[in-house]
Amino acid sequence: MIDSNNKLLSGNEAIALAAYHAGVALGTGYPGTPSTEILESFSALGGRAQWAPNEKVAAEVALGAAFSGARALVTMKHVGLNVAADPLFTATYTGCDGALVIVSADDPGMASSQNEQDNRRYALAAGVPMLEPADAQEAYDFTAAAIELSERWKTPVLLRMVTRVCHSKEVVTSRPLPPPPAAPNFEHNFKARVMIPAYARPAHRRLRAKLSDIAAWNEQCDLNRVIEGDSALGIITSSAAYPHAREAAPTASFLKLGLTYPLPMEKIRAFAATVKRCIVIEEGDPYLTEAICAAGIPVETKPEIYRFGELNVARVRRILAGDTSPELAPVGGMPPQLCPGCWYGHIFDVLKKLDCLVAGDIGCYTLGALPPWEVMDAVVCMGASVGVGLGMRHVLPPEQAQRVVSVIGDSTFVHSGMTGLAEMVYNPPPTGHVVIILDNSATAMTGFQEHAGTGRTMEHEQTGKISFEDLGRALGIKNVHVTDPSRDTAPFEKLLKDSLTNNQLNLIILRRPCLLIVGKIKGYERANAQGCSQVQAA
Amino acid sequence: MSVTNIIITGIGGQGVLKAAGIIADAAFRCGFKVKQSELHGMSQRGGTVSSDVRFGREVFSPMVPGGEVDFLVVFAPGQVEVNRPQLRAGGGLIAPDAVDATKLTTKQSFNVALLGVLSRQVDIPEPFWLDAIRAAFPEKTHAANFQAFALGRNGAVAA
Repeated sequence: MIDSNNKLLSGNEAIALAAYHAGVALGTGYPGTPSTEILESFSALGGRAQWAPNEKVAAEVALGAAFSGARALVTMKHVGLNVAADPLFTATYTGCDGALVIVSADDPGMASSQNEQDNRRYALAAGVPMLEPADAQEAYDFTAAAIELSERWKTPVLLRMVTRVCHSKEVVTSRPLPPPPAAPNFEHNFKARVMIPAYARPAHRRLRAKLSDIAAWNEQCDLNRVIEGDSALGIITSSAAYPHAREAAPTASFLKLGLTYPLPMEKIRAFAATVKRCIVIEEGDPYLTEAICAAGIPVETKPEIYRFGELNVARVRRILAGDTSPELAPVGGMPPQLCPGCWYGHIFDVLKKLDCLVAGDIGCYTLGALPPWEVMDAVVCMGASVGVGLGMRHVLPPEQAQRVVSVIGDSTFVHSGMTGLAEMVYNPPPTGHVVIILDNSATAMTGFQEHAGTGRTMEHEQTGKISFEDLGRALGIKNVHVTDPSRDTAPFEKLLKDSLTNNQLNLIILRRPCLLIVGKIKGYERANAQGCSQVQAA
Repeated sequence: MSVTNIIITGIGGQGVLKAAGIIADAAFRCGFKVKQSELHGMSQRGGTVSSDVRFGREVFSPMVPGGEVDFLVVFAPGQVEVNRPQLRAGGGLIAPDAVDATKLTTKQSFNVALLGVLSRQVDIPEPFWLDAIRAAFPEKTHAANFQAFALGRNGAVAA
């Protein structure tokens, strides 16, 4: 019953295991719930995994590996794909020689995200084939299929996960997967990979032809399954919605889609014709519904209220019953809060006392938006604090402008705050500006991942380290301050007060490792120092 | 076709996900189909952590439908009343006072003690539980966790 091929795994762990079994040469990404454990598990299995400064860079690194004939994996949460969209939209033109699997972990219901965008729209917009696993076993199988598809059609493949598939566990059966067909090797192919207009125009035509071939192949492939049942009700579904629907309507007929871009439209048409009532059950946007209706296939869809949040068995029952009455509020839990003793709280106290207008960012410090502080005036996306703060400074009357401060964490700064500093130096507001980096030496909110500012790799080994203060000075910021405010915030308060109104550019780095990680950091440093002395002795 | 539906809920740091993993593993070792679902990410910031475990001959959704919970295991006293409506009629509530925490070798194994209470009420024989606990923890904590499990299983305060 228990053997090494059957393991209780989450969807994220299953992706990692399939990538490892398939000989993926490089896994990269940026941490973000619900995607983080994929690379961590891949690394723990022995795969070569690394955190990139952000998703765009990660996608580019993975694309370079795939250009060189290797199998590459890049992981991110849904909003990360916005950052990586630029390479994505042209990587579909270039295609790849090895395999490129892009994991987008969507968060319907926003368990820990700023929006619930449905990244299936990206598949359509970029022209990237998309697989949607419904459970951990499919996460394993579809990762293997994504690699196969990517190599066969020489295209990146989007593996679109959702929170409930990422974080649900079941017994996953693994199997030997075919190894990479050849060792990495780079051959010139200017017309395929250099996207100047003259080469990109035919590349776009090649992409559309390729997608048309994949659509034809998808009509017959076993990634989409029909589960025969009662012909009175037919349900077309995919992803996490599938198991909920199976449970809500156990006797119905099902067309369970796996490869959801490009869609197997004739298969869908044939299925719809076999049932009396045909309804699409999908989480999030009406992505399947719109495509199916546009193809002239009459299907029912869910009422608009079910676009919001996750689906579950009860909600699918309501959809099937056409019930649009108000839904019961979910069980009230406690919202997250700053850990007791966290020094960020003292910083929020100062920001509140000085009546600052705070352009905030994404991380633990976003919790400063909640009572008792309520000091964050805007939180949008990774890195936005710097630009938003600058925009406010540019247009506000001086007495308000001089209260504006941008607050960003260390990992978020590495992700997309550095270009904000470049903007600040190049287009300084008349009243100057203040950027505060809250440096707790970890990507704390997602579970203490390392980043380029900690100087340690994903496995906590020593590597290159970005010094924020040196960077700030090199960019030409005159006033760069580094201080540990954890014991006494009075010096920080004075510094901030002066900086707000000095009409200059100010970078204040508040540095103190997170209480929850400080012991571990000491351990990593000890281990790295020992490693160094051993190397020197050898 | 009958499925056993369990929800475990508590606060970040109480070992909710660990306990859910042990139930899922014990059920798997016993030969059931299992699904376990959890929401985390910001749980380390003291928010509520909750996990659904479902096992039986065939399980589809990883989430227990509302009002169909057979066993509700609650780690934090403040979470009992808000979660009670999820229980089906006649479902079992295992509240934090089901175990005398002062009798534990280590406070950390409180989650395992509550699993001991649960273990008397679900269809998984004891050896599978013990194997799952053994697999879930480093060896040096095995004795404390077995003691906690036994305390819950044998010495539980009658509900």
